[in-house]
Amino acid sequence: MDAPEQPGGQPLKNMDILRFATAGSVDDGKSTLIGRLLFDSKSIFEDQLESVERTSADRGEEYTNLALLTDGLRAEREQGITIDVAYRYFATPRRKFIIADTPGHIQYTRNMVTGASTADLAIILVDARKGILEQSRRHAFLTTLLKVPHLVVAVNKMDLVGYDRGVYESIVDEFTAFASKLEVGDLTFIPISALHGDNVVERSVNMPWYDGSSLLHHLEHVHIASDRNLIDVRFPVQYVIRPHASTDPELHDYRGYAGQVAGGVLKPGDEVVHLPSGLTTTITHIDGPNGPLQEAYQPMSVTLRLADDIDISRGDMIARPGNRPEVAQDLDAMVCWTTPDRELVPRMKLVIKHTTRTARAMVKDLNYRLDVNTLHRDEGATALGLNEIGRVSLRVTQPLFVDDYGRNRLTGGFILIDEATNNTVGAGMITGAR
Amino acid sequence: MQRCDYLLSQLDVLEAESIHIIREVAAEFERPVLLFSGGKDSIVMLRLAQKAFWPAPIPFPVMHVDTGHNFPEVIEFRDRRVAALGVRLVVASVQDSIDSGRVVEETGRRASRNRLQTTTLLDAIEEHEFDAAFGGARRDEEKARAKERVVSFRDEFGQWDPKNQRPELWNLFNTKIKRGEHVRVFPLSNWTELDIWDYIRREELELPGIYFAHTRTVFERDGMLLADLPYANRGEDEPAFEATVRYRTVGDASCTGAVKSNAATLDQVIEEIAATRITERGQTRADDRASEAAMEDRKKEGYF
Repeated sequence: MDAPEQPGGQPLKNMDILRFATAGSVDDGKSTLIGRLLFDSKSIFEDQLESVERTSADRGEEYTNLALLTDGLRAEREQGITIDVAYRYFATPRRKFIIADTPGHIQYTRNMVTGASTADLAIILVDARKGILEQSRRHAFLTTLLKVPHLVVAVNKMDLVGYDRGVYESIVDEFTAFASKLEVGDLTFIPISALHGDNVVERSVNMPWYDGSSLLHHLEHVHIASDRNLIDVRFPVQYVIRPHASTDPELHDYRGYAGQVAGGVLKPGDEVVHLPSGLTTTITHIDGPNGPLQEAYQPMSVTLRLADDIDISRGDMIARPGNRPEVAQDLDAMVCWTTPDRELVPRMKLVIKHTTRTARAMVKDLNYRLDVNTLHRDEGATALGLNEIGRVSLRVTQPLFVDDYGRNRLTGGFILIDEATNNTVGAGMITGAR
Repeated sequence: MQRCDYLLSQLDVLEAESIHIIREVAAEFERPVLLFSGGKDSIVMLRLAQKAFWPAPIPFPVMHVDTGHNFPEVIEFRDRRVAALGVRLVVASVQDSIDSGRVVEETGRRASRNRLQTTTLLDAIEEHEFDAAFGGARRDEEKARAKERVVSFRDEFGQWDPKNQRPELWNLFNTKIKRGEHVRVFPLSNWTELDIWDYIRREELELPGIYFAHTRTVFERDGMLLADLPYANRGEDEPAFEATVRYRTVGDASCTGAVKSNAATLDQVIEEIAATRITERGQTRADDRASEAAMEDRKKEGYF
């Protein structure tokens, strides 16, 4: 029997993908903004628009309520609120966009954390009439906690303040002062009116004093390729591919380690180290989805073949001998608690899932609870409730191969699972390991 | 130089993400199954599964929930594709569910087996003890689906609870379930209709002929063109006529509409889709027109 021909086609290099999260409350006009982006980029279809126009008219609303486009569930339409993260898609000739639309209410911090975890960019909406609110600060903090590389503050409803430059600039000043306390990567301000479309797709004629880009132009051009970690080689082994049954001698000896590159650039011929064994070997082949590859990097899903027969299984890590992750059973992490069922308390035991490795973890200590509005650290806190964030020390049953979350989001993030209910109860970002 | 930027096209990124999801589920569940309808989305999903484990074969069976109201071309295509890949095909039949009294056939002109599929699907998942079922649904299809997780929990009744979903962060998926529960897995969550078509072109994937313009006897109902097949219950006030049509989606033949089109090649179809101003479900699925929340209601019951 011949080796099966590898399925494959000709890769096209045309567009890339920008994932962004939007945060704001109902009143900030977040849904209107998303509706506007979809509408003006012609990503809304006639039947969707008709349905929204009909509902708007039934409710006696003056304008077609573009917010209705993004509320998917019955309860959301009935209550006029957004319950859960919704994902939206649109494309321009330059880029494909994936929007994680996250609700802005205080009880939904976990949704914002979820949306931000994969985002390249976050948009925080500020109502020009109200200025920076407590929740604007909260959103900015969560964005930086999750290490979203690019932040856009969209000062919305400029039409309601007469497109006044002074109003906009005082908001910029106030936010900039607050942001200096956070680790914000790239910060951009744009004055807009989502309702009327000013500076959303086209530059507004109502604000000649603003000389920056429109929001869509910024989203199309912001440089994200350098946001990935291309330095520290990290390859969590996900699945071992062994075509057992085949009688083909070539396939009989095939042993490939499949996974998604979590950092660095891998090449055939590279010397690598296997963890936990510490044994070194060499990459002989990298099999990609369309054939052999000369290099692999984030977020490619590939299969590595190695020169030596080492006992490697799911949950192991491949790195470079001179650049290894921490091998640790004691972790310090910022944890966002995501369940109302029970609180996080010291001595609690949980399941931890980190890269492709699953283990058990015990909460050794709750160092402090962070007030996400004031950034005040409450060191007397004894528990974390739903949507609360705190610094936690964990002891894990077996070593994990970790990096600081600030260095690598994929090898620095983990989820916590309740052993009784199987629910995802926490999201963690590693800040230290021993 | 693009190589220096380490850039990937949107199709490469989507492909990598989907393969990651498929491998993760194959690694963490004991008895996964891939739901295969012979439609374009499940054809792409099957291709991704093939790539995920190459050169080993796909390590799980595929299942077709067969309403009995099929386009013959699609069944022929299904059997040929499955044979070529050497995967095991499980057919779960709505007719069997009707015969055994598990469900009662709807009556009247607009009778459809679409909703009955849910029972057949859930019974088959239980019978074969599948713990994970890959589906080809995409979030861009429909507003309830926009709220769906990639790995989506279903309780022992197969129900979806949209207000109580497990948060999904980074590329980490919670795959913990108890016996009798299962998950639905949607590797194509982040693909759009156009991405699917672009990928079919890039991969040179074969599709059933009904996706391309052909002459067919149809009749009009509720603004849609339905094939004049026996189970469509064409009434005397619904005259049949010949038209040049193609299908934008493949579903139960009694409620899946055709669109008038002369697009006979892949390039022509893609051109048409890129220019269309109506969603695929709005244009071709009678089942979604029942109410604002038709899909949400069906999904809660355990639909695809």
